[in-house]
Amino acid sequence: MLTIKELHKKFNPGTVNEKTALQDINLNMAEGDFITLIGGNGAGKSTLLNCIAGVYGVDSGIIAIAGENVTKFSEHKRAGVIGRVFQDPMMGTASNMGIEENLALAYRRGKRRSLKWGISQAERQIYRELLGSLELGLEDRLGTKVGLLSGGQRQALTLLMAILIRPKLLLLDEHTAALDPKTAEKVLQLSEKFINEGKLTTLMVTHNMRHAIKHGNRLIMMHDGRIILDIKGEEKQKLTVEGLMKRFGKASGEEFADDRVLLS
Amino acid sequence: MLQIILGAVSLGLLWAVMTMGVYITYRILNIADLSVEGSIAMGAAIGAQCIMRGMNPYAATAMAFVGGMLAGLATGILHTRLKIPALLSGILTMIALYSVNLRILGKANISLLRMDTVYTVFENFGLNKSSAVITLGLLCVLGLVGLLYWFFGTEIGCAIRATGNNPQMARAQGIDTGNMIILGLVISNGMVALSGALIAQSQSFADVQMGIGSIVIGLASVIIGEVLFGKRNFFNRLIALVLGAITYRIIIALVLRMGMPASDLKLFTAMTVAIALSLPVFRSYLKPLQRSKKGEM
Ligand SMILES: Nc1ncnc2c1ncn2[C@@H]1O[C@H](COP(=O)(O)OP(=O)(O)O)[C@@H](O)[C@H]1O
Ligand SMILES: [Mg+2]
Repeated sequence: MLTIKELHKKFNPGTVNEKTALQDINLNMAEGDFITLIGGNGAGKSTLLNCIAGVYGVDSGIIAIAGENVTKFSEHKRAGVIGRVFQDPMMGTASNMGIEENLALAYRRGKRRSLKWGISQAERQIYRELLGSLELGLEDRLGTKVGLLSGGQRQALTLLMAILIRPKLLLLDEHTAALDPKTAEKVLQLSEKFINEGKLTTLMVTHNMRHAIKHGNRLIMMHDGRIILDIKGEEKQKLTVEGLMKRFGKASGEEFADDRVLLS
Repeated sequence: MLQIILGAVSLGLLWAVMTMGVYITYRILNIADLSVEGSIAMGAAIGAQCIMRGMNPYAATAMAFVGGMLAGLATGILHTRLKIPALLSGILTMIALYSVNLRILGKANISLLRMDTVYTVFENFGLNKSSAVITLGLLCVLGLVGLLYWFFGTEIGCAIRATGNNPQMARAQGIDTGNMIILGLVISNGMVALSGALIAQSQSFADVQMGIGSIVIGLASVIIGEVLFGKRNFFNRLIALVLGAITYRIIIALVLRMGMPASDLKLFTAMTVAIALSLPVFRSYLKPLQRSKKGEM
């Protein structure tokens, strides 16, 4: 579903601030793969997701989604087949617009927008049902401005928007990291549910080793802009936090020393 | 006195058209677009020159609208395609338009005295000039309020609103934010130029200088409208803009009558806008005070 070949990405090339963020990334995701992506701060996880989504261009390499080379496609064009949820709950929704207006924007992702009215009565019924499935009481607040919602509610809404039109690829970038533990758990559960129900090909970044081990059928670890571990199948199922840390040490030649990861 | 108020209302209605244009960029797209200073004069220039050449005044006014749209297109391309910051793109268009407008006019100003204007039809029904301006201004403003209310409810209109509100989110939802910004600027500057053409015909002359300070007048009207007449929903906001533009003109007429020299007008307007825009800062100073009074801190 997703193929990445020899991807390289530098920030500020040719200046004193030059930073190699991705080096020779190769990745093949099968249809229905649910990959958890883990790695220390600055490992390049967000950059990888942003390159896939087209936020940044790449220096060299190829990105293909469902067999189509999208390396040169603009971000909004790729959005037709990609659903995204960001770390910052403010980023995924338009705060001045209503809940139903945000959903209506997502409902038209990848379609031509015309001078038809921006939201139909039939859609409202769909939205009400879907919002009901979040169990956050949003189904009776269709007109409420998203800016008035809590971070968790906004993140759940963003998730719903990401899957409203079935994406060929779902990108979750630490989408629960900014939430309190209870809300984070709830949003993670919802994600798991949507991913399973829709058999969505998913790439989920997390800082939490337990989450990375518990969720998904495949685990990838990044370090210094490279993929250093790729664990799948039975091996992934048997993985423990200690085992993962040991393998990180072997693969990188360093101690795993990211406070955020160790503490969680 | 009544005459002064009527004059202010008629001028306010024509400036309301411009204010709605400013609102589209300033509030909906979240861009301070300075090209309006050039496009309002451009609208006046095109309208006046076309009328001088014997064109039907309504067709001349439509030409002005198209001219303004082209000005917006220029700013939009500078900003989204050539990646020049929005503020600077607007300034570049504004400066360029000054020369363009001089070329259109052929000299610094054109008089439209004794020419047929869009208001002549109404005057032929027996209305005096100021009533004719109010009648047409009202028709124009109500039509545009309806049109904008409809447009920003459509799929494309919603995409423009999302672009101004959160461009990252808009792109993630497949919206071409560059095109939406261009479209918003085109519509906005078209309306501003339309307003310029209507104003020139009501005052019977077009002047290359008439755009100077107009962005501040537009902002003042937007803010007065929001503060005094509310912003509950989009329709309410549009009406508030119109009332804001009229209120601004009434205030100006009153301070002039109270003896303020006309040459101080721009200083007065700039100060009004500066104070209005800085209100949130003062509020944030006041907030801790209020809270500690309630004993929350
Ligand atoms: N827009 C940018 N400009 C310059 N450097 C960047 C930019 N984004 C990320 N980086 C750098 O690239 C590296 C990888 O960042 P990132 O992908 O955000 O890491 P992660 O998400 O794994 O924490 C970091 O060193 C970061 O400072
Ligand atoms: Mg990151």
